[in-house]
Amino acid sequence: MEGKQADREIDSTSPKHLRGKYAVVGVGETGYTRGSGVSTRVLGTRAVRAAIEDAGLKPADVDGMLSYSLNDSTSSPAVAGDLGIRPNFYMDVNGGGSSTEALVGIAIGVIEAGMCSTVVIFRAMNGFSQVRTGGTGRRRRSALSGDALLSRGGGLSSAGQMFSQTFMRHMYDYGTTPEQVAHVKVIHSEHASNNPKAYYNQRVSVDDVLSSRMIVKPLHLLDCCVETDNGTALVVTSIDRAKDCKHTPAVIQSVVGRCMKPRPDNHYQSGPISTVAGHWAKDILWPNAGVSPQDIQATGSYDAFTFTTMLQLEDYGFCKKGEGGDYVSSGVTRLGGARPNNTSGGHLCEGYTHGINMVIENVRQLRHDVDDSCPVDLDGKRKHTFDYSEGGCRQIKDIELTANMGWGTPGFGSALVLARGA
Amino acid sequence: MALEGEYLGMPVYVDDLDQANQAFFRHCGQHELRVQECTSCGYKRVPPTTACPFCAEENSTWVAVSGKGTVYSYGEVHHAIQREFREHTPYLLLLVELDEQRDEPNEYDGLRFQANLAMADGALAPPEMVQSVGIGTRVRVVFKDIGTDIAMPLWTVDEDAVQPEPWRYPIE
Repeated sequence: MEGKQADREIDSTSPKHLRGKYAVVGVGETGYTRGSGVSTRVLGTRAVRAAIEDAGLKPADVDGMLSYSLNDSTSSPAVAGDLGIRPNFYMDVNGGGSSTEALVGIAIGVIEAGMCSTVVIFRAMNGFSQVRTGGTGRRRRSALSGDALLSRGGGLSSAGQMFSQTFMRHMYDYGTTPEQVAHVKVIHSEHASNNPKAYYNQRVSVDDVLSSRMIVKPLHLLDCCVETDNGTALVVTSIDRAKDCKHTPAVIQSVVGRCMKPRPDNHYQSGPISTVAGHWAKDILWPNAGVSPQDIQATGSYDAFTFTTMLQLEDYGFCKKGEGGDYVSSGVTRLGGARPNNTSGGHLCEGYTHGINMVIENVRQLRHDVDDSCPVDLDGKRKHTFDYSEGGCRQIKDIELTANMGWGTPGFGSALVLARGA
Repeated sequence: MALEGEYLGMPVYVDDLDQANQAFFRHCGQHELRVQECTSCGYKRVPPTTACPFCAEENSTWVAVSGKGTVYSYGEVHHAIQREFREHTPYLLLLVELDEQRDEPNEYDGLRFQANLAMADGALAPPEMVQSVGIGTRVRVVFKDIGTDIAMPLWTVDEDAVQPEPWRYPIE
């Protein structure tokens, strides 16, 4: 076993993996609504402009663009044209969840390769008004092909349906209870109540979750995220350029991009199916970051569903395998707990973005300036109270290190460790 | 020749270039459950794929399997997304593990089918049957003809098997 470890191609200690050399310097978003009233091009343009302004840069300072979509967004050239950006590099990729962190890694790679110097990453979606990822707004009229016969032909089409067997098997394998998992929604709703941007900002109880109507067992309505319309963006640049930006940078320590389980085309063939891609991704994430899960002070574990948060926290090593139910119901993940998760309210409450809003939140946490309702002084600085009661503060005190875990399917995921810069 | 049909009001079209699915569904049309077996390493695989996930060999033969298995996991749909399924809720999204090749070639691997619970005639299962099935239930394959030469594989409770008490989601 020792020999096997030594043979690893990913050297955890070498600076060649660019730990600490790049940073997220700007974040921006539109509101999270159900009825934006505008096109995805408008949403993308507004979010990108906001992120560039937040970084203290001008559009002309950005020369790289990346975006992701499920054929439901605008393109980088469209947004570039709207803002007068002339990219030296752009790429619009296919994909939803797990894209954000992977694209942060690609941004580092293309800057390192000399292809451009500063990259904006965006996602624009009318996830409620136009294309609903849950499938409820889209009529599929094409004929059932061979592959589709065994999925859509069996009434297996939405994300909740596709993941349900993985979630159910976890309950069977480990005795995880509906009440434990419901705590994910409860805690994220508490966080959202301190986030004026959140689409759902009312606190809910375990009973509220379990008495909401069943969508696909084991998922009740409140186990599922809230599809919204939004534009979101990040700006990534080198640590040298970050020094000239407006805010304390969120310095990138480690990235994993769409790391896969065996047989990712049919992940449920390779078991145990209650183990997800994070089990493999963690062996890149933590060594490259040079930290362990215990060092992390806040997590952003993707909450398309309550279960996705739990499964990833478990497989990335925040608790023992099988003890995710205990972990998410223990209070550790609550503001004021040892390691809060999704302090913005995440996908379950703030809004569904396919992951990028959870990275935005952690960047703001690391700046020690989340946009809660705490009073702003005459000097423009927000004075955080660290009173996490409803409608109050959501800033974590003295936070230095965060982790994001993006979920594509049980079969693949991405991750990102960020540290507060100087 | 493309395989054409209709299932629950949805048109079905399996292109003749999609040779793996053509072969699989033509066998289903004969009411035979056959899966690919690699000519190199000898491992079977489902669903139909282009090459062997265990050794990358392209060549395979279609071998008959027993069509009996155990429910490995499931989802139970109460809110249908596809309109064709709305009148059939609740319906089960079964993950059925065949008796063949369990825990091979790796521990926890298996030949697993995603498909619906049905009655013996292939019609989707009524609520009473849905509520009787869970992880551990012994099931057998049935076929629903959906066109000339093509049928849908579905699973029904195996009447001849000794049934264990199934594990079900704790809230009914």
